[in-house]
Amino acid sequence: MSGSHQPGSSPRILVFSTINISDPGIDLAGSRHLEYPATVQTMPVPCSSGLKPSWLIHALEKGFDGVFVASDGEECSYLPDCAERTAHIIAQTQELMAAKGIPAQRLKMAAVCSVCAEPFANYMREFSEALKRLDADASVA
Amino acid sequence: MTDKELTPDTPAEDRKIGVYICHCGGNISDYVDVEAVRDALVDEPGVVVSTTELFACSDGTQHDMIDAIKEKGLDGLVVASCSPKLHQVTFRNVAKRAGMNPYAYTQANVREQASWAHQHDREGATEKVIGLVRSAVAKTRLSDELEPLRFDTVQRSLVIGGGIAGLRAAIGLADIGLEAVVVEKAPEVGGWIGRLGATFPSDASGKEQIASMMAQIKDRRDITVYTNAELTSKAGTFGNYTVGITLHREGGDKELSLDVGSIIVATGFDSYNPDEGEYGYGMDGVVTLPEFKEMIDAAPAVGRLSYQGRPVRSVAYIYCVGSRQEAGGNEYCSKYCCTAAIHSSLLVGKVDPSIRQYHLYRDIRAYGKFELEYGASRGAGSTYVKFADDAPPTVEKLPKGGLGVTVTDLLTTSHEVTIPVDLVVLVTGMVPRENKSLIDLLKLPLGTDGFFNEIHPKLRPVETVVDGVMIAGCCQAPRTAAESVQAGLAAVAQSAALLKKGYAELEPLVALVDPEKCVGSGECLSVCPYESITMIEWDGRKVASVDPSTCKGCGGCVPLCGVDAIDLLGYTDAQMRAAIEELISVEGPIVEAVKEPVS
Repeated sequence: MSGSHQPGSSPRILVFSTINISDPGIDLAGSRHLEYPATVQTMPVPCSSGLKPSWLIHALEKGFDGVFVASDGEECSYLPDCAERTAHIIAQTQELMAAKGIPAQRLKMAAVCSVCAEPFANYMREFSEALKRLDADASVA
Repeated sequence: MTDKELTPDTPAEDRKIGVYICHCGGNISDYVDVEAVRDALVDEPGVVVSTTELFACSDGTQHDMIDAIKEKGLDGLVVASCSPKLHQVTFRNVAKRAGMNPYAYTQANVREQASWAHQHDREGATEKVIGLVRSAVAKTRLSDELEPLRFDTVQRSLVIGGGIAGLRAAIGLADIGLEAVVVEKAPEVGGWIGRLGATFPSDASGKEQIASMMAQIKDRRDITVYTNAELTSKAGTFGNYTVGITLHREGGDKELSLDVGSIIVATGFDSYNPDEGEYGYGMDGVVTLPEFKEMIDAAPAVGRLSYQGRPVRSVAYIYCVGSRQEAGGNEYCSKYCCTAAIHSSLLVGKVDPSIRQYHLYRDIRAYGKFELEYGASRGAGSTYVKFADDAPPTVEKLPKGGLGVTVTDLLTTSHEVTIPVDLVVLVTGMVPRENKSLIDLLKLPLGTDGFFNEIHPKLRPVETVVDGVMIAGCCQAPRTAAESVQAGLAAVAQSAALLKKGYAELEPLVALVDPEKCVGSGECLSVCPYESITMIEWDGRKVASVDPSTCKGCGGCVPLCGVDAIDLLGYTDAQMRAAIEELISVEGPIVEAVKEPVS
């Protein structure tokens, strides 16, 4: 179950990237040696509009502390309404998370373009820190 | 090498997967303990070979992989190396050459997305790579035997647009052995270039360039050009499209039907048309760059540069009109206009070197060898004045006649000066051409700038998401004539790569409906913009069905099925779930490494 990472450790994050747009951006972050936590794992799919909410839930239930959807945004070469479709998938997932008692903060979405290396690395650092704070707050409570 | 040999007890239904972890010289192994990764994979279910290689992509290693696949009867292959963008095709071909289904290959991206991103966290990077490779093995373990969809290809390409990019592409197609059909909407071919005199950088006449191309085309039986014509229908799929062309002729339209293998869209651009009053546009003496170019081209015949019969003795150029605007406008740079304006000033100098010329600019983007034109223009006496982005020049009529351009010179005294001139040239950029019917017909994606969108600007620069439909020239982005020709020839090369084999293969990673699960609601039909989903009769009831030849493999229909009846091959529900589970399977706490932050 999510939120189980140990104090001092880095939260485990699963990134769903897109093969043509955001994955090249994530590649570029590596090529430029922009470091982000090694506990970030990436799983590429053709388009963020093809993600099933159940996969996002599955990741959180299996132990990822956070899920990040690096969407195509307006640049999607498949679907002109990709941003709206992906936002709908996120909304559906958040409903399922609420029903299961998983905090909404464990799911993030942002458009990551094919050259968005620095934004991606920043997103990962910030999301990792946010998840740490979330778990710290939960342990205090 | 650490190999786990197959034993007679291995169940026949088990997959036999080879895992190769690449050192990439030291690009991976300097930051990841590749031997630890290899050892972690040895006992994974289905893994028969787990080994490290100095360079997995080298010819020698490829041959070793082929031998291992054949000797050990491998039916799955995983290579943990660089980004799939670089070598997915390489290793799919290795699988193919060894007789393995190429879609039983999965690449784990452990260089760009692990070793290079975590150079100060060897332990964390190693654990991450173990997860990534296990995940790739899980996907391979559940991979299906997929075969590319094979079609015979028509050895003919359609070129839409008879400008310089389209005509050069047509000649290139014919040179490479593909018949070319050019469809031009206007009564004449040539586009913008066909109307121009001297063009940069060589002063070659645009009109003569087009005339030379047309002379070549007229001598060839494998190129057909239709003017006053437009594409009005398209059916079929990549490699074998049937297109309808309407020929607008006196006495009525004529319809033509053609089979083509690929389509190259080279429909060009429109020039930015300033609003009334924008930098004085509409005022007597204020013209756009294309209007000015017509004046320059007409000057040698009359021996002077003149505007409406009056001699022009001084010119002010205002750069970036309609380009690099605030959000909501044209935010992009049109690239060609700086050099076009500079070149125009050199041409003016040839007509009459005593004409005073002032260039008011934000930035000069005369890139590459065009820098020489910039230097020559300054050497010939043109004055360059840089203004701030937030303080553009203003244009007004002077009481004594003529125009006054007021600007603050950013690089010298920062004093406001008013320059009296006879003519103001607004250096206008390019805007996307209005072409809704073609966009709707070909389902061409547009970028945020309104130009046609390629799949990837560097990796697949002339391909669109519509298989077999390529873009070239300024319909894709503002660019010079030479760059447009290059893009046209790139589209030719891509057409040849797709068609010349005589058959084409489509990726089989398409959506698939499970008719057992489908309840026939029909909700998925409207969510596919490519109209790939239809209802069919199956076992006495209506169910949805995906046409693999038109499905783009985006998977957009997958989450919208209320009964989970649609899977995307290569990314099935079972594969995704298993891959997620393996990613998180690494045991032990992942301790955050103490490292210097790297910005």
